Amino acid sequence: MCKGLLGKKLGMTSLFSPEGNYVPVTVMEVGPCVVTQIKTQAIDGYNALQLGFGEKKRNRINKPLQGHLEKSKEGNSAFLREFSVESPEDYRIGQSVTLDVFQVGERVDVSGTTKGRGFAGVIKRHGFHGGGKTHGSHSHRIPGSIGCSAWPAKVIKGKKMPGQFGSRRKTAQNLKIVDINRDQNLIMLKGAVPGAVAGLVEIKKTQIRE
Amino acid sequence: METIEQLEKEMMRLDHPDFSAGDTVKVSVKIREGEKERIQIFQGVVISKRKGRTNATFTVRKVSYGVGVERIFPLHSPIIDKIEVISKGRVRRAKIYYLRKLRGKAARIRERR
Repeated sequence: MCKGLLGKKLGMTSLFSPEGNYVPVTVMEVGPCVVTQIKTQAIDGYNALQLGFGEKKRNRINKPLQGHLEKSKEGNSAFLREFSVESPEDYRIGQSVTLDVFQVGERVDVSGTTKGRGFAGVIKRHGFHGGGKTHGSHSHRIPGSIGCSAWPAKVIKGKKMPGQFGSRRKTAQNLKIVDINRDQNLIMLKGAVPGAVAGLVEIKKTQIRE
Repeated sequence: METIEQLEKEMMRLDHPDFSAGDTVKVSVKIREGEKERIQIFQGVVISKRKGRTNATFTVRKVSYGVGVERIFPLHSPIIDKIEVISKGRVRRAKIYYLRKLRGKAARIRERR
């Protein structure tokens, strides 16, 4: 069984469970993905499937990649990612992998690229409290002291400072599958997932043990 | 976006009667006690309605043994068995929070016809 799939984040909403609980969910369009390459223990040293998702204009794909994608008769996949698989012999190149991989109630990990916030200060980036706003205070959003003086005479490594925030790969772990709509390839997960609406997300069976 | 709108619309309950602030309603709420399910009735005046797709709510106020009790119900929640409109009230506001300050005769609402 393939351990993951590629999808697109559609946004968030809230749904009622049959018991009447109001559950916040993220809706994602997941799959169908095309198997573009099969990696096996004998040849590559590990078992995995390379899956393609989305569409891209053919003239935007370079020639080497076009040749690679033609093997799966699916010449215009926009994104390719590898997912580990237990028995690669069950799959063949060109086969499509759908949401049947997941069941309602299972838990998954979702990886995506977080929203880019540019060069951000310490309040936004690390949740510092900032200085006083009034009473003559001039230290509104500044980080404050960044260390001691003559000893150690340097700033310790890993000090939280302003810098690029967001636009990084992050993983939300152990999200519960609330609902699956197999006709429309939709999956509803409880809670938020990284990334902007319409962003690419990877959904994998969770690494966290029960 | 349209997909999410569609999902929310599927979740919405369109079987409720039309009512507004000032109306007296009888709300049947499903209550689960262990395995058994029973229905509890909450009857009172609707003092506010909040719009929204799945997150629409309405507030019902009643005076129970001299103590004002308000309960906020999610309009589309599956725990609501049914809503019955007992009487339509004539009020000039969409949110009749002023009712909280009134007692006895002053807290009456004229019937709309």
